[in-house]
Amino acid sequence: MNIKDVKNYFPIFNQKINGKPLVYLDSANSSQKPKSVIDRMVRFYETEYSNVGRGVHSLAVKSTNSFEKTRDKVKKYINAIFREEIIFTKGATESINLVATTYGDKFINKGDEILITELEHHSNYVPWNFVREKKGAIIKFAPVNENGEVEIDEIKKLINDKTKIIAVTHLSNVTGAIMPIKKIVEIAAKKNIPVLVDGTQGAPHLEIDMQDLGCDFYAISCHKMYGPNGLGILYAKKKWLEVLPPYQGGGGMIDEVKKENITYAELPAKFEPGTMQTAEVVSFSEALNFIESIGIKKILEHENNLMEYALEKLKKNNSVNIVGNPKNKGSVICFTMKGIHPHDIATILDDDGVAIRAGHHCCQILHDKLGLTATARASFGVYNSKDDIDTLCKAIDNCKKVFNI
Amino acid sequence: MELRELYQEIILDHGKSPRNKGRCDQFNRDAKGHNPLCGDKVHIFLKLNKEMKVEDLSFEGEGCAISLASASILTETIKGKDLNVAKKIISDFLDMIKNEVKISVNSLSDDQKTTIMSLSGVKQFPMRVKCATMVWHTLTMALEGKND
Repeated sequence: MNIKDVKNYFPIFNQKINGKPLVYLDSANSSQKPKSVIDRMVRFYETEYSNVGRGVHSLAVKSTNSFEKTRDKVKKYINAIFREEIIFTKGATESINLVATTYGDKFINKGDEILITELEHHSNYVPWNFVREKKGAIIKFAPVNENGEVEIDEIKKLINDKTKIIAVTHLSNVTGAIMPIKKIVEIAAKKNIPVLVDGTQGAPHLEIDMQDLGCDFYAISCHKMYGPNGLGILYAKKKWLEVLPPYQGGGGMIDEVKKENITYAELPAKFEPGTMQTAEVVSFSEALNFIESIGIKKILEHENNLMEYALEKLKKNNSVNIVGNPKNKGSVICFTMKGIHPHDIATILDDDGVAIRAGHHCCQILHDKLGLTATARASFGVYNSKDDIDTLCKAIDNCKKVFNI
Repeated sequence: MELRELYQEIILDHGKSPRNKGRCDQFNRDAKGHNPLCGDKVHIFLKLNKEMKVEDLSFEGEGCAISLASASILTETIKGKDLNVAKKIISDFLDMIKNEVKISVNSLSDDQKTTIMSLSGVKQFPMRVKCATMVWHTLTMALEGKND
């Protein structure tokens, strides 16, 4: 598939927003869906739908097969060793909560330390706060520097014998900083400390290979990877999934249920209780097919080119201040404007059909550190073009006009 | 949706140079408002005297042009009003944003009414309504003596 034609595969762009073509620069929030993913979902409901893993009738077999095929596809895509290392969840948030709750219950005690960074999204801090409250654990924050990145030495400094887990983002949803995961895993491994990676932004915008990264846990948000909403993935090394207790109880995750005693199902069912998001899982295969039909390397190159182009143009604009300047940066640009609050920027940009996000992006710790209450964020996806950036820059100039600046 | 209806001159002016910003002397009531979605904050300070009149009123806070303008206009409008009149203006304001009802309080001048009405453009921008209304809800809390 040629990257220039990609927009045509996304039905959302067949409409005008406030009379203008849609310029969607909010993919870090959620990505749009290619037609193949939407079609797959419809076809599944029309011809294959049934609950998975329970019935013996023909439809149950069909849907179970399609569901489990996605697990195989994900395993291959992220290069996991075992298919049961892929656990479907309702989102990256649930994936992290699963690990924080079960690992926290079993392995974290009073005075133990959880090491995170100031870059973390609330979903990689709040679940650890639960462990802090419940167990009397301590959360340490590796600080960000003036470029909006966390240096490896800052993490090194905070590791000690009390450190029980390191939980870090792969790619910051604010500054775009890409964390040196391999180096962190290398340092952590020397002390047998597991590493959880919040791959919410990393999975859609970087090459992800679990054997290369070496991390113990990796959380994925499928709706940011051109896949359906309401679906996430937890990759976890089998050795952890075997020893961690189940996260939630219900049907499908049990082996035998007696009045005195319950035994739990084998992996991966142990961590997938209740009726799963069947159509979402099945159609996520098509999202991965879509990414593979272009190639993640090409997608990255395209997004990086757009980012460089946007940074160059925005830096020339005296009213715009770019937040953060990390050496390794992914496809996110946060900015502020002199005299115009980010919410006002977002409203005025919307009038020109340009969709961005404004606020603290669920990173209040980072915004406090940077001395900002809110920022405006433009984030890129495979369907964006240089024309989109040009429209963005014109719309930014229009903000100044509206505010008489 | 008309952008100019939202960002009228009067709103830009109040947003850029908000009146009554800071802590007023001898305040005896205050309340904080917070929008957890965007992180905007406002802190209302007021002095309610023995005659139940809002003798002084001010605010501290950070936010967008709409929220700052709304806070600024609120302090100008409510300062000097009796408690009951203040409550009526608040309910009229919230009614105006929700139901397009006109401001009916007799003790306001036409100019004051026009100023308040300038905030009604926010109706067309559902995601921004809270920017305009938060400070008015916060004032209610302060008047009722409910802190935060």
